[in-house]
Amino acid sequence: MLDNNQLLRFTTAGSVDDGKSTLIGRLLYDSKSIFEDQLQAIENTSKKKGHEGVDLALFTDGLRDEREQGITIDVAYRYFTTPKRKFIIADTPGHIQYTRNMVTGASTANAAIILVDARHGVIEQTRRHSFIASLLQIPHVIVCINKMDLVNFSEEAYNKVIEQFEEFSSKMLVKDVRFIPISALLGDNVVNRSQNMDWYQGAPLLHTLETMHISSDINKVDARFPVQTVLRPQRDGFIDYRGYAGRVASGVFRKGDEVTIMPSGFNSKIKSIDTLDGELEEAFAPMSVSITLEDDIDISRGDMIVRSNNKPEASQDLEVMLCWLHNDSAKPRAKYTIKHTSNEQKAMIKEVVYKYDINTLERNMDDKELGMNDISKVKIRTTKPLMVDSYRENRTTGSIILVDDATNETVAAGMIV
Amino acid sequence: MSKYYLNYLDELESEAIFVLREVWAQFDNPVILFSGGKDSILVTHLAKKAFYPAKIPFPLMHVDTGHNFPETIQFRDDIIKELGVQLIVGSVQESIDEGRVAEERGKNATRNALQITTLLDAIEANKIDCAIGGGRRDEEKARAKERFFSHRDDFGQWDPKNQRPELWNIFNGKHFEGEHFRAFPISNWTEMDVWNYIKRENIAIPSLYFAHEREVVWRQESWIPNSEFLVLEDHEEIVTKKIRFRTLGDITITGGIESDADTLEKIADEVSGMRQTERGNRSDDKRSESAMEDRKRQGYF
Repeated sequence: MLDNNQLLRFTTAGSVDDGKSTLIGRLLYDSKSIFEDQLQAIENTSKKKGHEGVDLALFTDGLRDEREQGITIDVAYRYFTTPKRKFIIADTPGHIQYTRNMVTGASTANAAIILVDARHGVIEQTRRHSFIASLLQIPHVIVCINKMDLVNFSEEAYNKVIEQFEEFSSKMLVKDVRFIPISALLGDNVVNRSQNMDWYQGAPLLHTLETMHISSDINKVDARFPVQTVLRPQRDGFIDYRGYAGRVASGVFRKGDEVTIMPSGFNSKIKSIDTLDGELEEAFAPMSVSITLEDDIDISRGDMIVRSNNKPEASQDLEVMLCWLHNDSAKPRAKYTIKHTSNEQKAMIKEVVYKYDINTLERNMDDKELGMNDISKVKIRTTKPLMVDSYRENRTTGSIILVDDATNETVAAGMIV
Repeated sequence: MSKYYLNYLDELESEAIFVLREVWAQFDNPVILFSGGKDSILVTHLAKKAFYPAKIPFPLMHVDTGHNFPETIQFRDDIIKELGVQLIVGSVQESIDEGRVAEERGKNATRNALQITTLLDAIEANKIDCAIGGGRRDEEKARAKERFFSHRDDFGQWDPKNQRPELWNIFNGKHFEGEHFRAFPISNWTEMDVWNYIKRENIAIPSLYFAHEREVVWRQESWIPNSEFLVLEDHEEIVTKKIRFRTLGDITITGGIESDADTLEKIADEVSGMRQTERGNRSDDKRSESAMEDRKRQGYF
């Protein structure tokens, strides 16, 4: 059954000239998501720049510096809706120095679109983008083989890219990979089916995005409820009310469930699940609710309510795939604030186990430095236990960020192994 | 067996509630920036949901340009009473009287840019460390790059090229004394989402959004309302039209559109067929291609 009316978040990655902006422009344009004044504005700019016709890539131009330099600096978010779904595009820059933005865009995505130029096939950047998609556990990857018009819509060119891609992606963890031959410039297989590639039996890109099964992308098994804040209304009718406000990270909670509060280990039962619109029998990810318990227990922000028969691991020693996001490199044995769900502790990077060479995807056991855009496996020790699952099992309870207390900047993002 | 997934409006609602609770948990003294427009009304409605059965635990703040629609002020006062929360008003008129800012001159003079100083003064005077706004990423290209938690330096400025990365749903609101944050719980909503949700929840909004008869003048491709601040030019003529407003700003710069949409259903239908962006009727955005970015860098909403 088609799960209609859902929100699908996807990220787009490609090298500078792969036609990423043109593809996004084409998706928005052909799905009629562009307003007349926006169209007018880019028609004017196209003319000013001496382009023939409308340059669809101009839709995604953002900040002034970006327009001046003709590149994307930061993740930009775009929106469009079809009768089937609402879409959020995290449009991330493809340049080598912007791994950080791609990781950011990938962190919330259900799907990644990776663009490959049909003339050049799989190149280093393709490998890098796919690696990041796999590392961030994006559930679905769509490889769009673009510029098919420049290779005479040749099936052979398409098959060659698939072959190249499968050769290196066998080591990766992406569950669902699809390949679509497109021409973003001419619109082939983006929204409308191509008239030039009869040999391609699959669906165009938009239809693929509209019908892809995403309900099982969220972990529905392990019930986890990080407490954000405690609600104590202290007003008529609610004098003794004590609700734990939060967003279900994964799994399902029902009224009457036996639950355990971590890290304290106290047990209780769910008395009610409340919202402004009334009480609920059950709450599942990613719903925001207020939970009350049968027993009076001291619970505060950073604690986690879990089902008693299925608990996360409480640990002070974490193995983490860490992506460094800041210009200042990590200082040896420096202390950072670690943020994990609603919890916050101090942490130290005890050891760099290895660093990925992002171009060859090989592990370098000797390079211990953590600099901007580096992806490394590290060991972290925290001052108090965090309630963690592996990132592969749970993107919410398996992810952390590190904050430098001297600058308050977010310096790294990590996935718990 | 029920289906364990949310439709997109429920997911957007849940995300916004999550962001509002994070603001409350991470900051000492947050406020909701309340303009009386539909987006800030929506944020206030979501805050009600986020903290129920408790009251909204922080004040609303209104930057009063003095160029308001009277209907907006009435609406603001009613909602404050209903919610039982505190109202903080920052007055542009006072900023002018104190010599902090100077009134713009010329034919298209507005108080739009003057708000920045008043807003930053009010943030400082009230020791506010997070101002929650109704900004949406689909509104304008500079806003497309905005974070949920957006850092401002001690001059209230936004540095779009040096933003903190925001991954998963882990927000970093850490800041030094004197700095503040802007938080945008409805970042991921589009205009259509806002209207569909207002319709679904039957949220009260100012009468200005519904089609009504009004004295207006045709200027810069839209119907500008007659008011005590309007200076007519020779060729201009005041006429009465049935109009409604798609966005609400100062009465001096907010253009209406001709419309018969006098119910939420009709408005949602009308918006879904619209071929112009909503800010297309705001003359403050027409000044240059980077008008919004420039104002945002200085500390605009």
